[in-house]
Amino acid sequence: MEINLAIPHSLTLDVVHIALLLVIGVLVVLVLVLARRKPKDEALIQASTSPRSDLEAPKPIATAEQSDAKQATTEQATTEQPAAALRELSPDAALQLLGLLQQEARFIDFLNEDLTGYSDADIGGVARVVHEGGKRVLSSYFVLEPIRSEAEEACVNVKSGFDAQAVRLIGNVKGEPPYHGVLTHRGWCVREVKLPQLALGHRTEIIAPAEVEL
Amino acid sequence: MSEAVRTPHAVVGIDLGTTHCVMAWQVYGVESHDQPETAGVLSVPQLVAGGTVECRDQLPSFMYFPSELEFAEGELTLPWSGSASNASSVIVGELARRLGVKTPGRWLSSAKSWLCHGGEDRQAPILPVEPLEGVTCISPVAASQAYLEHLSAAWSHAYPEHPLAEQQVVVTIPASFDPVARELTAQAVQAAGMTSVTLLEEPQAALYAWLLTHPDWRDHVAVGDTLLVVDVGGGTTDLSLIQVNDEAGQLVLERVAVGNHILLGGDNMDLALAYSIKQTLESEGKRLERWQLVALTQSCREAKELLLSDSTLDTVPVTVPGRGSKLLGNTLRAVLTRDVLNQVLLEGFLSPCAITDRPRQAVRGALVEKGLPYAQDASITRHIAHFLTQQARESDENGFIVPQKILLNGGVFKSPLLTDRLVSVIQSWLDPLGVSVTVLDGVDLDLAVARGAAYYGQVAAGCGVRIRSGLASTYYVGVESAMPAIPGFEPPLHAVCVAPFGLETGETASLDSQEFHLVVGEAAQFRFFGSTVRKTDALGQVLEMWKDGELVELPTIEVNLTAEHFAVGEAVPVRLSASLSEIGTLEIQAIARGDAERWKVALEVRDQTR
Repeated sequence: MEINLAIPHSLTLDVVHIALLLVIGVLVVLVLVLARRKPKDEALIQASTSPRSDLEAPKPIATAEQSDAKQATTEQATTEQPAAALRELSPDAALQLLGLLQQEARFIDFLNEDLTGYSDADIGGVARVVHEGGKRVLSSYFVLEPIRSEAEEACVNVKSGFDAQAVRLIGNVKGEPPYHGVLTHRGWCVREVKLPQLALGHRTEIIAPAEVEL
Repeated sequence: MSEAVRTPHAVVGIDLGTTHCVMAWQVYGVESHDQPETAGVLSVPQLVAGGTVECRDQLPSFMYFPSELEFAEGELTLPWSGSASNASSVIVGELARRLGVKTPGRWLSSAKSWLCHGGEDRQAPILPVEPLEGVTCISPVAASQAYLEHLSAAWSHAYPEHPLAEQQVVVTIPASFDPVARELTAQAVQAAGMTSVTLLEEPQAALYAWLLTHPDWRDHVAVGDTLLVVDVGGGTTDLSLIQVNDEAGQLVLERVAVGNHILLGGDNMDLALAYSIKQTLESEGKRLERWQLVALTQSCREAKELLLSDSTLDTVPVTVPGRGSKLLGNTLRAVLTRDVLNQVLLEGFLSPCAITDRPRQAVRGALVEKGLPYAQDASITRHIAHFLTQQARESDENGFIVPQKILLNGGVFKSPLLTDRLVSVIQSWLDPLGVSVTVLDGVDLDLAVARGAAYYGQVAAGCGVRIRSGLASTYYVGVESAMPAIPGFEPPLHAVCVAPFGLETGETASLDSQEFHLVVGEAAQFRFFGSTVRKTDALGQVLEMWKDGELVELPTIEVNLTAEHFAVGEAVPVRLSASLSEIGTLEIQAIARGDAERWKVALEVRDQTR
């Protein structure tokens, strides 16, 4: 595989690149969903218009639902160390999304393929299946929007009090805002999540059932 | 929760389609369409996979009968089914559509087409057509009822304080539905628990949707205009003509003609594209299995939409992945080219033709499914040409009805390429007359029928303009002529008009000129005919002969005189009387002389032996 890193703006996007981009895109979405999904049953989450406002404040790890971890942290708690401000999410939403991507886009099948020995044309044919299906999943279950509306490679201003989670500063990061810089990526933000509801006993870890023809 | 809750009385419009159902609502007494709190389309929760429920605007009209072990406990739970159980055990909607691809023997589709198939007993359990062992078949009526029950449950779930039984419901049917199909639809709606029901023809519903979005409609049409409505659904093509008349200085709309039942729709287009690619693949020595063809059809639909929306594309690849987890090496690849697309869609379905052309009667292999009488000619344009010439009155010197306006409905017309082609073919018929046709646009092609139906409820209550329409056909009973019997020959049959075209709701047509002597206690049967072409025959008119295709024979009608005022075996002179009910169904009664007793005439003889 030849990936020419020397030409960053090269337009030679071959199939492998497309596939890689796709994977990255999907992972970004996964992360976003995980970050946004409320822990239980609420299948229809209406995200508010501000990219941050509905993100829950980070919760301490040692909550009631993690009784196993409780014992281990007791000692720390007594020594009055601050609890780590990180949270762990229920994997249900992530598994559900994997299931949807597999069902519509054969996502897991594709990533588990060994590409060596196949021509770009062969891979390209399959990439279409993944791309069409993946796009269907994205458009059916998410309302996506770029974070910055300006054209990429354009000069933009970053005002003071900017949302550091929505805008990432890179390169010569110094001094006080407002900053002037070049928009290298517009960013993506999920405005609305419309994932299907699941039956109570439904096992999300079964991403695709084995199929037996009688 | 939606705003409809605040207002107690909404009119609910249900588009009970061959391939999709849509449910829209509009608050009573409000005419505007763009306020989210006064009108909307219900997002219908439905299973999309085991244990997975999604809300969608459209409910695919498919049913699936799973085996007991096919789904784990609770996997078929719907929001309204309460505690986990697979009790309902019949799947309706998107999941049913998906499962049918892999297990057709437990799958039911096109119930609506069967509902209008006079060749079958529509109340008999005839579906699925080829059931697997253990599947309990149901009738087309019961299938329609199941879709309506699902919609009803979805409504009650969304608006628990306003049960559907208390709302006015308008259900749409093809204009070409025969009286039995109309009655059976009404039965299914009532059996599904809706009490206040009206039936509305789909092309009219589409026009109502257009009127709703065009309060200035009077500026778009002129007195004397004829409006052609072409509604191409997933499985049927429905045609209607609506006339713009002047009445005391006011513009009024009148539905003056409906087309025959044409089983030809958008799904046939995707299937035709898939077959053309299948042929190419087979010529390369590749064999396609059933599931591959279904996947190919899906892929062709997406490729078609790409080609139709981007005129710079010349080819779009179509791919069918293998069934196993290995994708590479097992994926079928082909290419849909613009040439093929044009050939199949533009030349096949929207072929240029003369106004004098007729649909061809050749049998095509590819698009025929067992049982249903699919249209033999795929050319929608030839069907339209036939319709316009068939409907011509003697005063139409051109030999066909000249439409000044066209209203198109159905997802097919999202494509400008297809719309332009259809319009240009129709325009080519009008060019010699110096007439140019205008397309009335601006309706949502997928949801218009349901929205129009909801709006119709307002109109029926006196708010907004109503399309005048009565009975969509003329109906006749067959009477044997009185002549000496000739051995070996059936006595010639005359047709007596028993219900004239345009008979309005609530009006009664009483056939006094003809008395029938029927024997009490015995079932009397009449041959029954309908015509969408002979629209000027008056009540009681006797036809001794008619042109080929002018009259269509419908299922035999039957009356069973019970002995209440009369003795069994007595011959009682009766006359027939027809009326159009508030619901929109045809009712025929046999009335004894002096109105001593009335008996309902059944529009379809039920085969008792089943």
